Amino acid sequence: MKIIVLIKQVPDTIDVKIDPVTNTLKREGVESVINPFDMYAIEEALRVKEKLVDAEVVVLSMGPPQAEDALRTAISMGCDKGILVSDRKFAGSDTWATSYTLSQAIKKIGDFGLVFCGKQASDGDTAQVGPGVSVHLDVPQVTYVKKIESIDAAGARVERMTEEGYDIVETPLPVLLTVVKEINEPRLPSLKGKMRAKKAEIPVWTAEDLNCLEDKIGLDGSPTRVVKIFTPPARKGGEILEGEAPETAKKLAGFIKKAIIG
Amino acid sequence: MDYLLTEEQQMIKDLCRQISKEKIVPVAAEYDEKAEFPWDMVKVFAESDICGVYIAEEFGGMGGGVLEMAIAAEELSWGCGGISLAFAATGLGTFPILLYGNQEQKAKYLPQIASGKKLAAFCITEAEAGSDAGGIRTTAEKDGDHYILNGTKQWITNGGEAEIYTVIAMTNRSKGPRGASAFIVDKDTPGVSFGKKENKLGIRASATREVIFTDCRVPKENLLGREGLGFIVAMKTFDHSRPGVAAQALGIAQRALDEAVKYSHERKQFGASISSFQGIQFMLADMAIAVEASRAMIYSAARMIDSGAKNVAKISAMCKTFASDTAMKVTTDAVQIFGGYGYMKEYPVEKLMRDAKITQIYEGTNQIQRGVIASALIKEGLAKK
Repeated sequence: MKIIVLIKQVPDTIDVKIDPVTNTLKREGVESVINPFDMYAIEEALRVKEKLVDAEVVVLSMGPPQAEDALRTAISMGCDKGILVSDRKFAGSDTWATSYTLSQAIKKIGDFGLVFCGKQASDGDTAQVGPGVSVHLDVPQVTYVKKIESIDAAGARVERMTEEGYDIVETPLPVLLTVVKEINEPRLPSLKGKMRAKKAEIPVWTAEDLNCLEDKIGLDGSPTRVVKIFTPPARKGGEILEGEAPETAKKLAGFIKKAIIG
Repeated sequence: MDYLLTEEQQMIKDLCRQISKEKIVPVAAEYDEKAEFPWDMVKVFAESDICGVYIAEEFGGMGGGVLEMAIAAEELSWGCGGISLAFAATGLGTFPILLYGNQEQKAKYLPQIASGKKLAAFCITEAEAGSDAGGIRTTAEKDGDHYILNGTKQWITNGGEAEIYTVIAMTNRSKGPRGASAFIVDKDTPGVSFGKKENKLGIRASATREVIFTDCRVPKENLLGREGLGFIVAMKTFDHSRPGVAAQALGIAQRALDEAVKYSHERKQFGASISSFQGIQFMLADMAIAVEASRAMIYSAARMIDSGAKNVAKISAMCKTFASDTAMKVTTDAVQIFGGYGYMKEYPVEKLMRDAKITQIYEGTNQIQRGVIASALIKEGLAKK
């Protein structure tokens, strides 16, 4: 059985700067990393592999050629194989076109029992690609998974995080799971993994390789349009009350009253 | 500086720095405070294949040598000079087996060390014998197929935590240093016990204990080399391990420099970053010069040792002495640059200063190292005549 992990290469959010003139991300000098949520997906896939017999973890990414680095990092952590889905024709894909394209790649890999995704990407923040892939594949999806209670070749029992607590969901395989950071702590790469990753061959699959329908990929296949990107105005600093406690408490109570009653 | 590391060496360096940043730094202060042994960090080292970087591939290692060991020790010590010792002191305990073990001994012990399943420790120091290895009182008496060990080893790094101990004991006391022999002793051998854990100034995450042998029967297969070779085993071991201590000192010093540069940029006085003041700039420059010189000497020494060169005692002692004196100086200066904040435990530099001190003392004090260097110089001088 194959366990597929979908990952995205994103700018390292520790140090993101927006160009105030063009309102776009400053990409120069910003390091690319695997989307942090996808790290939990990789880790969980590796843990499931360790539990099941004859499982293989295939990590899949759609992006420009440099996304190969992200795939190598995943291999250095223990993933068996990496495949890059890359073609100029995919440029401008929204979440619908992206999830269609990825689902075509997953169909080409075949024999999959599980597809893992991070709950969302740290750049786009849509949380739509994972669920979209499950629809294109016509397999069940469980989002916000915080624990896999049990799993075997037939099905899984997982905990889905909610605002109040969690649901327990039983699902047959194949299934697509998106995971939250509560699920595990991702491992570091190993030296042997790093060496394997360095030598690994990463196939690049194009639109033609995936038999993609032209009107379903790239900008033309994307029903959504980004109208405008802007930086929200910086929030003004709050007011800090200074002085003796009884006096400031009175002022504070005044603020609260005003906020509630108006 | 580009030290022309191989791809593999660079991977070790990068991975160990990543381990330091992501795993060690967040917990270092707590381990220092509680003086607990960092077993969860040992697990990280093991899973990352770090434990065997200096062990041959046929025994489950990565096939490197002293340089790989030094690179790993440096980068892990950047995170914490105490936590890194679980790795580095295991190296000290392993070198006797690497250098003098026979095929059976290597096949039995090295894979366990390379995989990180077991830690090792080296036992030479006693109450009356440290730098003066000839004064060892622990005895190993031959009895049929066994040696019976009796005596107490002191200040053993990884003591009580390690499973594998390489021990120097006297098989013939009348012969002085030539009556010493080296043994591998498993922790669970009856007659092995441990004294209290020492409460130390620095490297507090590392365990330091007495290792006590009471009528401890060690099979004769566990003798390293042959009887009487113990002193040589110890000296050759130190020749190989001292670049590791030097690298530990280097990692601590590099961290102090990094912290000092960062802080001096953030700290404002008289309306400017203190890094804009020449007094601070000159301190930072001197720190950087000394740190880079340490690295250059350690890597060169390690390469020379790995090449199989003979007479490496001098360069090994030199790099240990220079790097540890540098670490003490640089960490002290880092505390100075931090001023009052540097003296407080909320900031990382006071710990670096405490951790640095031991590197001038153990595996031979720097005074002993200078003695080693001087005697080599004099010997070389006489040979030239």
